[in-house]
Amino acid sequence: MVDAGIASVDLPRGSLLRTALRSPSFVAGAVITLIFIGLALVSFVWTPFNFATQDIPNKLHAPTTLHWFGTDQYGRDVFSQILVGARTSIAVAFIAVGIGVAVGVPLGLWAAARRGTLLDDAIMRLNDLVFAFPALLIAILITAVFGPSATNAVIAIGIFNIPVFARLSRAAALSLWTRDFILAARVAGKGATRISVEHILPNIFNTLVVQITIQFSLGILAEAALAYVGLGAQPPTPSWGKMLADSQTLVSLAPHLAIIPGLAIVLTVLGLNLMGDGLRDIFDPRLRRSRR
Amino acid sequence: MSLLEIKNLTLAIGDIPILHGIDLSLEPGKVLGIIGESGSGKSMTALSIMQLLPQGSINSGTINLDGVDLLQKSERELCSIRGRDIGMVFQEPMTALDPLKTIGDQVAETIWVHGRMNRGGAHDEADRVLERVGLPRDRFPRSRFPHELSGGQRQRVVIASAIALKPKLLIADEPTTALDVTTQARILELLRRLVAEDGMGMIFITHDLAVVAGLADHVAVMRHGEVVESGATRDVFRDLKHPYTRQLFEASSHTPPRDPSLPGGEPVLTVANLVRDYRIPPRHLFAPAGAFRAVDDVSLRIERGENVGLVGESGSGKSTLARAIMALEPAQGGTIHIDGTPLDGRDLKARRKLQVVFQDPYGSFDPRQRVDTLVTEPFHLLGSDAPRGQDRRRRIDAALTNVGLSPSDAEKYIHEFSGGQRQRIAIARALIIEPSLIILDEAVSALDVSIRAQILDLLAELSDRLAISYLFISHDLSVVRSITDRVLVMKAGKIVESGPTAEVFANPKHPYTRELIAATPNLERALANA
Repeated sequence: MVDAGIASVDLPRGSLLRTALRSPSFVAGAVITLIFIGLALVSFVWTPFNFATQDIPNKLHAPTTLHWFGTDQYGRDVFSQILVGARTSIAVAFIAVGIGVAVGVPLGLWAAARRGTLLDDAIMRLNDLVFAFPALLIAILITAVFGPSATNAVIAIGIFNIPVFARLSRAAALSLWTRDFILAARVAGKGATRISVEHILPNIFNTLVVQITIQFSLGILAEAALAYVGLGAQPPTPSWGKMLADSQTLVSLAPHLAIIPGLAIVLTVLGLNLMGDGLRDIFDPRLRRSRR
Repeated sequence: MSLLEIKNLTLAIGDIPILHGIDLSLEPGKVLGIIGESGSGKSMTALSIMQLLPQGSINSGTINLDGVDLLQKSERELCSIRGRDIGMVFQEPMTALDPLKTIGDQVAETIWVHGRMNRGGAHDEADRVLERVGLPRDRFPRSRFPHELSGGQRQRVVIASAIALKPKLLIADEPTTALDVTTQARILELLRRLVAEDGMGMIFITHDLAVVAGLADHVAVMRHGEVVESGATRDVFRDLKHPYTRQLFEASSHTPPRDPSLPGGEPVLTVANLVRDYRIPPRHLFAPAGAFRAVDDVSLRIERGENVGLVGESGSGKSTLARAIMALEPAQGGTIHIDGTPLDGRDLKARRKLQVVFQDPYGSFDPRQRVDTLVTEPFHLLGSDAPRGQDRRRRIDAALTNVGLSPSDAEKYIHEFSGGQRQRIAIARALIIEPSLIILDEAVSALDVSIRAQILDLLAELSDRLAISYLFISHDLSVVRSITDRVLVMKAGKIVESGPTAEVFANPKHPYTRELIAATPNLERALANA
């Protein structure tokens, strides 16, 4: 999707990167996001403790030099859990949003290109049908058939994301289809598919980026909700959402158990939001010129 | 004493100065025309009088309305002045009315917010005002909604709410620009009558010299936030003292030079018995679907190098005809041949001969693409024959040079160009695959007069040099008159008159053509009567 935008702009790589580095929000967002992705990767080779090892005598410790983020109710090291949990949470959210974008955006563009026809109606009513069921219900449905796991949670959240992106891209594309430059492309003999890819997609990119960052944060929270009712990642595999959910009975006793995974989620979402804002500016030639 | 006296008015929005010391005055019962091109500050002057400026605006100077300085008034006092002492009519009657309110409520609202009457009284008064602006109750019940009226009728409703409280001053900002010529003539007549009856002063803002010449007692010519010349209409237009006034005057009646030997010979476009129907959804479940015939059995022929005008009012079917010729919409009957090849939507080969330039220079380009990508879009029609590499580069350079731009502009984005330059790029995009026919759909309507004159010159020169034919669609008869060899007049889906342009204008045969020509504001005629 991003490629379509760049390809049509046809800029040398260096220049686009240079503009990107000049955007403070993009740089800040990218740094935060990269740190979290880095942490998730580090957890594959190193964690200060084994995330699953219980040490009951040392339970509910506040942060110390030994346990940087303290310990939980079983005496497990919270820092190690955050590292390993980053894998689950980020992967779940990324893949779920990926499914939503990969299926939803083409569906929405297709419906917009055939606007007013039976096909448009069929696609959009099908989307309404999916939309009518909350993610949780779909997840219960899926786990009832395939059994509970993080993979099934991803699929459930992903399916829930499809109508979000389908509706958004259809609505944004519809207003573009009435513009003169689309008419000019039709006069040049271009078909609906080509126009959708070359003209519509780059122009709705702004809107999509904003929605992607929103859906990403919702994805992390949805995974937490699923984990909470036991339909997401199975114990002992940690996820940020599950850590947050587990901490709720202990909030007054050990507030760090809620604050630390909460901060991790907030910072990741903030990083992505900033990056999304930056990306939006970078891909808009009007804003790009004015910054020079 | 003057009704309105503006002295040394300046306006800055943020750090940007917009108006530099405007002096204007207006007597009761008189019309002051403010003329200027886009960006001249004419609308900002009007909004300064209303004190409806954008955020961060700073005014200085004085605006005296009947001895009261409006710049010294608080927002609360201004609210009671707006609508009561000053009425305003905007350009776009489609958006100036609340779509969810009936026309009766719309006008009554102005009356009762100023607390003169209760709601019942306000509705009775609204009824009388609507009657005055030519919307009699029996034909236009007060329970109608704006979407049930035509553009001209809506503008009458807007005027009714502006004059409902008999304001001392009426400001009309391009009130007829969005209307057809015959409607425009009737609205101008109405405004003239209201000014005479109520003795109010009117400021009439426009870019159209011919409209002002027939209406205003005094004119002020504005450019770059300054009044460059002002005085009695007749004196200003007779003497043309200021070079800018002369330039505007010449641009408005500009006729590009043509090589008369060229047109003729083989036909480029032949349209025979074309029919375009729109399906009307059935009124109830089992009723048959109706049909609206937008283009009714139209035949026409354009020869090589010939410029043909297609005139008609909105709804006459001229744009539908153009869309059918461009194969953007299916026709229900008839044939279209381009350079002898029958045209259908799928055949890219025949479509190479046909290109189009649209009205809106801002909406016709993808903001995400560079000019070189935009201009080469029609290469898609060439399929695998499309030029690549050096050859492509050369074609882009040639197309841009042809329209008076420089080859280095290819690397810029569209937002870096002005409206006139964008229209040049639109022409370059049409020229790049060397078509035989270019459809110009209101291609100069959105441009200022001086830019319009340049674009018309460019079009005439390209037509002579490259032997390109134009189908020039426009509602503006004076433009059609200056650039076309032949003209077709369209009404209700049919071509009612056609012939050489000079002949049709000099001796119109069909009553509709006569009506159109009479309604078109004419600068020379207006000055002769002044």
